Amino acid sequence: MEQFLEQFPIVVQSLNIGFLQTLKLFIVTLLGAVPLGLIIAFGSMSRFRPLSYLTKIVVWIIRGTPLMIQLLIIFYFPGLVLGSQIWGGGEAGRFLASSVAFIFNYACYFSEIYRGGIQSIPVGQEEAGLVLGMTRSQIFFKVTLLQMIKRIVPPMSNEIITLVKDTSLARIVALQEIIWAGQAFLKGSQGISGQIWPLFFTAVYYLVFSGLLTVLLGQLEKKLDFR
Amino acid sequence: MAMLEVEHLSKTFERTEVLKDINFSLEKGQVVSLIGSSGSGKTTCLRCLNFLERPDTGIIRVNGETLFDANDPVTMREAAIRKKRLHFGLVFQSFNLFPQYTALGNVMLASELLAKEREDYKENRKAIHEEIERKARTLLMQMGLGERMNNYPHQLSGGQCQRVAIARALALKPDILCFDEPTSALDPELTGEVLKVIRELAQQRTTMLIVTHEMAFARDVSNHVIFMDDGRILEEGTPEEVFGNPKEARTRQFLGNFAQ
Repeated sequence: MEQFLEQFPIVVQSLNIGFLQTLKLFIVTLLGAVPLGLIIAFGSMSRFRPLSYLTKIVVWIIRGTPLMIQLLIIFYFPGLVLGSQIWGGGEAGRFLASSVAFIFNYACYFSEIYRGGIQSIPVGQEEAGLVLGMTRSQIFFKVTLLQMIKRIVPPMSNEIITLVKDTSLARIVALQEIIWAGQAFLKGSQGISGQIWPLFFTAVYYLVFSGLLTVLLGQLEKKLDFR
Repeated sequence: MAMLEVEHLSKTFERTEVLKDINFSLEKGQVVSLIGSSGSGKTTCLRCLNFLERPDTGIIRVNGETLFDANDPVTMREAAIRKKRLHFGLVFQSFNLFPQYTALGNVMLASELLAKEREDYKENRKAIHEEIERKARTLLMQMGLGERMNNYPHQLSGGQCQRVAIARALALKPDILCFDEPTSALDPELTGEVLKVIRELAQQRTTMLIVTHEMAFARDVSNHVIFMDDGRILEEGTPEEVFGNPKEARTRQFLGNFAQ
């Protein structure tokens, strides 16, 4: 017990640093994937067939393979096969490669949610806008977008909560996120070794953070209560 | 000169001919009802006038200006079509109000967006906005919705929604206001309040083209009645002629359904 109390602050400090990296990856992924997903959604709905087929194939590949493999390929492929270190070295390089993999992966999932959201809006909404002399972009931004947001908030919440935990996959390219930080105490770090509890304790961080997000997203859902 | 002239309009979906050589005209201040069974082409005809469907053949003229000519690709340019649509207003069967805006917001939205294209918008922004809001309020009052301006569509009854939709269409001052079965989604109690509003508009000599299944209303409110069957105009004339003494057997058969 005494030993635990001694180790606890050291572990928490280390986990906090790891969690900061987790949080960074989470935010960067959202910032990138939310708009990129919309572009992919428009691509897959394009009336230009080659573009829509190409987008659908890409989405199929990304959704059909594990994110972990995508991470490994994106991180190692340029260096091993092309012989160029496009990601740069060290933690910054690992973070950049991880971000690209996560953004791309999540954008593909988001794009399908967007597509569902856009297509679920009755065609009458667009027609009403057209008859009132609105341009297609005015109709999208002033009429359809908010209705679409309302419809996609529940499925997006689901994906966002999943993303919180998926960030741990970046451990596979040794990104120093919270799992990495917890695991360090198994092998030994800062005078603590052979301890598994720090790794288990990371779960508390995920739980609190996803709880917070659940409340926040629930409030957003309530705010959009116009039916 | 007729306000609206439609010549040789035809439209085919897949292999179904929905409109076959439609010709009619509409004078300023006139109310014309389009009647006929479901699938006779009435709605498609309205949708062609509002540029929601592109006719395969034919000409549409408003106040002598050719808005659409199937033989002249210049008349089909997307950018020009947007402005041409403003000659017409369209009230839908299912209202199609924008759920995230209040009644007032629904009526004002399009006017506000159009005002941004005005050259003097930047200088007179506030005055323009106030004017748009004043007009919208007046229209909603006229529709008997003075108490409901700040309600969202989901807080309104179907009849109230449809009256907001009518105000929304009127806000842009269309030359011709089209109605596509405006009461078909309403129960009989709410139908009355919508028909009353349309009747008032007729008294103010609003030019209207109404697709309806309310025969008593059509007879009462219109100056001219067009009976469509299988994509053609089978018979037309004054309400007295068409309802009182229909020439075609098909018209008699159709109107017979409403006799009881």
